[in-house]
Amino acid sequence: MVRKFLCLSILISVFWLGFSNVVQAAGDEESKTGFLLPHVMDNYEWHFATIGHTHVTLPLPVIIYSPDQGLEFFMSSNFQNHDTHKFGKDYGVGGYYIDEDYTLHALDESRAFYDFSITKNVMMMFIIIAVILYLMLSAAKHYRKHPGTAPKGIASFIEPIIIFVRDEIALPNIGHKKYMRFTPYLLTLFFFIWIGNLLGLFPEAANFTGNIALTFTLAIITFIITNVNGNKDYWKHVFATPGVPVPLLLIIVPVEIIGLFTKPFALMVRLFVAITAGHIVILSFIALIFVFESFAVGLASTVMVVFINFIEILVATIQAYVFTLFSAMYIGMAVAEHDHH
Amino acid sequence: MGLITPGLGLIFWSALGFLIVLFLLSKYAWKPILSALDEREKSIEEALKSAEIARNEMSNLKAENEKIIHEAKIERDEMLLKASETAKNMIEEAKSTASLEGKKMIENAKVAIETEKLAALEEVKVQVGILSLAIAEKLLKRNFSEDTAQQALVEELVNDLKLN
Repeated sequence: MVRKFLCLSILISVFWLGFSNVVQAAGDEESKTGFLLPHVMDNYEWHFATIGHTHVTLPLPVIIYSPDQGLEFFMSSNFQNHDTHKFGKDYGVGGYYIDEDYTLHALDESRAFYDFSITKNVMMMFIIIAVILYLMLSAAKHYRKHPGTAPKGIASFIEPIIIFVRDEIALPNIGHKKYMRFTPYLLTLFFFIWIGNLLGLFPEAANFTGNIALTFTLAIITFIITNVNGNKDYWKHVFATPGVPVPLLLIIVPVEIIGLFTKPFALMVRLFVAITAGHIVILSFIALIFVFESFAVGLASTVMVVFINFIEILVATIQAYVFTLFSAMYIGMAVAEHDHH
Repeated sequence: MGLITPGLGLIFWSALGFLIVLFLLSKYAWKPILSALDEREKSIEEALKSAEIARNEMSNLKAENEKIIHEAKIERDEMLLKASETAKNMIEEAKSTASLEGKKMIENAKVAIETEKLAALEEVKVQVGILSLAIAEKLLKRNFSEDTAQQALVEELVNDLKLN
């Protein structure tokens, strides 16, 4: 197992080195490290490599909804210079253009529009979803076809994780009365983040789980589930904290209300920061090679990248666990039945 | 696209994607897997329980067997004891009967011997009498005319015999 991880890690690193940014070697400081942030951010196209003057990219659909023009479909390649593959104001289509920082604008600044493009991260999500569905549904097939037998294949791989999420995350935090109701959500959450994190470590993969929009969405879903299922005790704790003198309530109640929102906010920031930081660290080590243009640094960086990749595999798992654990705790607080007070 | 400003498009797609995954997995993966796990855990628990019950029954049976064997041993010992006692008694009885019988026989024999002795004495007496008579006859035949004194003597002798 360890050897497999090692091989995987080295492969990942070699890919990073091989494909990521060969073109960046020539150019000024800015272009040597400039790939760093765009790499962890979303994009309208999926750029794999630039070999010489050939750009290996996957153009993605740009979908825009505006109240005045309705739903409009473009391809990201429509917004680019054909040769340099650069976005810019000069390459606008249909009243829209994508600027150099990969942000969509309307040529007419006053127009309102909503961007529903299938970006690189959305594409990445489709891949992640496909992997998750394949893994889980083929595991479920085993249980349907051979009920009561020991798990085999994928089932034997995910079963301990399912049992862990059920018995170590859901049960102790939510309580044995209601935990089965939330276990499917927690399982989905765990595998969604975990597999997203792991696939995000592949070279050329998008930083999907390190994108704040995704962590925002997941945090909001946990927030909604928590508060929709909040029982009388939970709301009483927020708006009329028991055992607190009335004057103090003036301070406590706002704090409690803020607390409702800080919980999902912490969830959102934690996952985003942990994953994005990991990607930035790996990319920084690679950028060092191009900055110093030396074999020694290249070797040292590669070793470091392998090392960081190991840590990232660990972080991928820990962050999935932590997000699931905290979601379970928040839900548990909302549905807990207090006998005391 | 900003690093820390969530984009509306990605929020929309990720919410849609996550909810679809949640729905599909809840229905087609978690439900069968969790219920299968539950069932398996229950069946294992039941199997363990029944094994425990079987083991208890086994030990109960063993204890009962031992008890039966123990009782049988006691019974056997008792029977042996009784048998030996009976045998002893029988021997004792036989012995006493035998000695009694022997004594009786000896007694009978004694009585018979006495009777025989008496009979023999009687016979002897008769024989003596006969012999005396014969003697007397002979004497009388020879000395009948001789003397009355002699006659008186014989008479006396005869009388003496009778007294015996």
